[in-house]
Formats: sequence, structure tokens, C-alpha cells
Amino acid sequence: MSKGVLVDITKCIGCGSCTVACKMWNKLEYDNKVPSIGEDATLNDKNWTVVVQSSLNNAKGESVWRFAKQQCMHCVDPACASACFSRALQKNADGAVVYYPDLCVGCRYCMIACPFDVPKYEWSKAAPQITKCQMCSSRIAKGEAPACVAVCPTGVMKFADRQELINEAHLMLKRDDRYMKTVYGEHEVGGTCWLYVSDVPFDQLGFKSKLGSVPLPSYTHSFLKNVPVIALGWGVLLTGMSFYARRRNEIAKAKQAKRNGTDGNQQGEDDDFDEED
Amino acid sequence: MVQTAINKGRMMTSMKRIELFGWKFTITPARKILTFIAAFSIAAMVIRLITGFSLLTNLNDDWPWGLWIAFDVLTGVALAGGGYSTALVVHILHRDKYHPVARGALLTSLLGYILVMAGLFLDIGQWFNFWRPFVSWGHASVLFEVFWCISIYTTIQVLEFGEIVTEKIGIKLHRFFKKILPVLMIIGVVFPTLHQSSLGALFLIAVHKVYPLWWTEYLPVFFLMSSFFIGPAMVCVESALAGKFFGHKVSLNVLSGLARISGRMMVLYLGLKIFDLFERGVVGLAFLGNLEGNMFLLEIIVGVAIPIGIVFSRFGKTRNGLLVYGVLTSGGVILNRMNTVFTSMVSYSSGAYFPSIWEFIVSIGLISIGCLLYSFIVENFNIFDHHPSQRSDKHDNQLSV
Repeated sequence: MSKGVLVDITKCIGCGSCTVACKMWNKLEYDNKVPSIGEDATLNDKNWTVVVQSSLNNAKGESVWRFAKQQCMHCVDPACASACFSRALQKNADGAVVYYPDLCVGCRYCMIACPFDVPKYEWSKAAPQITKCQMCSSRIAKGEAPACVAVCPTGVMKFADRQELINEAHLMLKRDDRYMKTVYGEHEVGGTCWLYVSDVPFDQLGFKSKLGSVPLPSYTHSFLKNVPVIALGWGVLLTGMSFYARRRNEIAKAKQAKRNGTDGNQQGEDDDFDEED
Repeated sequence: MVQTAINKGRMMTSMKRIELFGWKFTITPARKILTFIAAFSIAAMVIRLITGFSLLTNLNDDWPWGLWIAFDVLTGVALAGGGYSTALVVHILHRDKYHPVARGALLTSLLGYILVMAGLFLDIGQWFNFWRPFVSWGHASVLFEVFWCISIYTTIQVLEFGEIVTEKIGIKLHRFFKKILPVLMIIGVVFPTLHQSSLGALFLIAVHKVYPLWWTEYLPVFFLMSSFFIGPAMVCVESALAGKFFGHKVSLNVLSGLARISGRMMVLYLGLKIFDLFERGVVGLAFLGNLEGNMFLLEIIVGVAIPIGIVFSRFGKTRNGLLVYGVLTSGGVILNRMNTVFTSMVSYSSGAYFPSIWEFIVSIGLISIGCLLYSFIVENFNIFDHHPSQRSDKHDNQLSV
């Protein structure tokens, strides 16, 4: 059963405990140049999760602060895993999309493929690897919540079965009309395991709002599924064309030779490749 | 004094032509410069492999794929498309009159692929792990197909080239290579067809990132078609150069015939492109006057429409016309690949990227290595004169001097 995390943006106070817990659990360095909380917070190889602060106006026109936690969305049908040609990124049955460094070649196609721009690269290292949130898959395996969820002091996040969380989120939207009427992550690119509810529009918080509900691997799948048929058909067609064209040339040559009054059959048997002598 | 003069004289002659164990290599000023660039860039490549990316490249999280992927790989593979399109015309459709360009096209293509592999190797972070996809099958990935196809096709091309090599060395194997050639030729057309299109398909998954003028579900078809018609264009450019430097003149009839085959494909390409723009309702984007629109128009008008005009006009039957056609068409396809990777992602990616001087040096170095290898092989194997003709006698005489 796929697990998930429901994030209630209205409850987040931007304390950043989740980012600290993430660094501690995953043994990540602190990046002095790139903050993990605040307006300039940015995901990178050391920041697997960040809390981005936005100053904006709410529905009543009041100026407010909102804090959006960012990390890997753990897509239901992840583009990164489908793009990886050496299976270094794999989707677990429990929902987490996990990176296996030993298998990675370092092509960075996952970075191109990810619609959320989550995978980051260790640019400064000699043998760099892809880095991203693993949803603390080793904790999930033991039945525990991810480190960030477990540590949150204001209960912003809830870890449970994905479908249960979606049902719960819709109940919340129905009960409380402060919320926007969408659950971000329910349908985006086919759905994600991280789900968000918010009282301000998602695009104002930096969420990508035009991703659509089509799982991205379906684009490449519709191409790749044709490949074996095309390869086989094209091979057969080429072989046929090759024999046909050769035969036609032979006949033409034989006719030419007859016209010249020599024995055409002998010459006709020469094929193209012998001519290269 | 006399001794140094003699030494100097000896050096002068030895600089003109090196002969070692029966291999010949002529030294010219151009080749000296190429050798210098190649050596310099190899040093840069070694440093890159040892130190990673940050020292020599401007790549970053916003621009994970830079010049090396766009130019060395995507463009390199397209330029090397001349091999399979000529093989298709000459060896499968048996249009015998195009035989004189077949070996030259094969050589360019083979070198192209070897350099593409080198470029890829430089661009992967865990380069010592390059063999992983052979055992860890990420078969849902388009890149997996590209990787396998390029690996197999390069092998096929080396085998195809075996037929030429065994004319000189390992002569006993020559009959064997000749026997397997027809099969190799067919496999050698199937694989490029697959991966030329899958290079375009690589970007299908980046549907939200690639500008709509370039992102279309027809991307694989467009990449395939353009890789086909760039072949004859490259042959025209290459023949002009080979005519100048190696005295190898391909008959005008052959070149203009090839160019017309390519021209028909370009008409088809242009038609499909325009149809696709209308179907998706994004025609207007081309005329917004922004960077993307202008680059797109440049690509379509200068790189496709004008060359079509040249090929089917009187100008297209002259050597100059064919050279202009070849340069514009090749340039157009190069621009298309660059646009797909760079221009199309400018508005998506906030971070600016411009290749570092070292990225350019490595790319130019790979091309230099290719030119040097080409010159060496042309001097030592029968690339241009494998058909019995008057020229070959002259050539042999030259070589025996």
C-alpha cells in the first residue's frame, strides 16, 4: 500500500525543524551559501528539503506569511525513475522513490525529466552523485514516519496511506472554507505521494500549477512501445528492398548486356559488393 | 654549419611527411594547429575526468545538460547520419551511381560516433560506471535505447569498416568481411533509424520544460527525418573539402542527385512541421519577436526553406550551389539541436548558462581529433578511390614516390 504525507500549509510556522531533522537523519552538511529556510531557501545536494517563505495577501486582502516545505514529491508514476537507464532510481511499493548510488552513471537525465526539478547534483565533487529526498525509506520500512514528519512541532504533516490522506484532505476542504478547493498532488502528473492543502493559491507559494494530470512516463512509453515493431518491420522492409533493387539492377544489366551482344547472365550475377574488388 | 644545415634540411623533409612502419601522415600547417588543439583539449579532458565538473564547466542544477550533450552528442549523432542515409541509398536501394561517396560517408559517420561516445563519456559524472546500463536494465528509459543502439551501431560500423581495413592489413579476413557486409548494412540502417529518433524522444518527457515551438509528440519523427537529410548535405560539404585538400572530386551529377533525394525529405519535413504547428495551435509563437520565435524562424527559413529552394533551382546544379546548400542544411540541423536543448529551455530555467571556455576547448578538441583521424585514414586506406578508375593509378604513383 502506497504511503504518503499530507502537508497543511496553514499550520506551518517556518521554524525549520524539519530541515534540521532531515540533515541529521541523512548526515547532510549545512550549506553556508544556500539557506534551507527563508525567502531564498533552495534545494541542492545538501538541502534535501527546504522551507520557502512567501509574503503575500490572503483572501481577505491581509498581508500574511506562508511557509511551503519543499522536497521530492515521490510521484505515483515517477518521471525520474522511468528516465533512469541504469535503474538507479526506483519506486518502492510503499511509495518512496529511492536512489541507488552504486547503479548511477551520472547522466543527469533524471534532472531533465523531473517536472518538479527535485534531483540535484554534487557539482563540486570529483565523482558526483544525484541527491534527493528518499522519504526516509529505511524509517518507513520499520513502520516509522519520515524524520521531518516525526519532528514537526506544530503537526503540519501527517504520514499515512496515500488514499486515506486524500479522503481526509477532501473532508478538510469541505469542513473549512478557508482552504483552496484543490489537494495539490492528488492529480499532478498522475499523482504524488506528498499532498498539500493550503489557504492561499498554490502558484503563489511557488508550486508549479500547470503540470496537468498525465503521468510523464506515458509520453515516452507511447514512443518506446512501438520500437520493437518498427525495428523488426523496418529490418524486413530493408531486406526486401535490398533484394528487389539488386534483382532489378541485375535484370537491367542483363538487358544491357544482351543489347551489347555479350553474355548477360554472367555479368548479371555480380552483386554490388563484389564490384568493390 | 654544414651539419646543421643538413639536419635542418632533413627536418624540413621529415616535417612534410612522416612514414613509420608503412603508415603515412603528411604534416601541413593546418594539421599542426589541429594537433596542438587536440593535445591541449586532451589535457583538459583528463583534468575534467579527475576533478569533476565544477572546475572546468559552467553546468549547474538549472542547466544539467550543456554544450557537451547539445553539441558533441546530439549534433554529432545527427552529423554522423550521413553514414546510414548513404548506406540506405547505395547498399540497400542499390543506386550504384552514388558508390563513390559511400566510403567517405561511412568514415565520417564512424568517426562521428566514436567522438560522440567520447563526448558522452566526458559528460557522465560516474564515468567509471559507464557499463552499468549493460547489466542494470532501465528499459523504460529512452536513454537506455539510445545507449544500446549507439553501442551496437558503433560496433557494426567498425565491422563495416573492417572490409576496408582488411584490404591493407589482415588480408586473410577480407573475404569474411565482404560476406557479412550485406547483413551488416541492413542492421546498420535499422539501428540508426531507431536512435536518431530516440534522441528526439529523449525530450518527450520534458514536456513542461521545452518551449512549445519545439516540444511536440512528433519530436522523434523530426529528429529522424532531419538526421536523414543532413547526410547528403554533409556529403556535399565533405566533398568540397576533400576536393580541395585531397584532390578527390565527386561528380556533380552524383552530388546533385543525392541533394535532390535529401531535398524531397526536407519538403516532407517542412510540411509536417507546419502541419504540426497548426494542429497544436502554436503558429503564433513563431512571430512574437522573442528569442524563441526568432531562433525558430531562423532555423526553418535559413536551415530548411532556403536550401530546398537551392536544391530545386539551377543554382543547385553547380558546385557552389551544392556547397551553399550543404552548409545551410547542416547549419540548420545543428541549430535545431542547439535550439532544442538551449533556446527552448531559456524561459523555463531561471539560471543563465553559457558554456565555459573549457567546454568549448573540449568540443573543438574532439572535432580536431576527428579531422586528424580522417586525414590519417584517407591517406592510408582506400576511401575515395576504391573503384577502378584513371585516378587510382595516378594516386598509387603519387604514394609510391
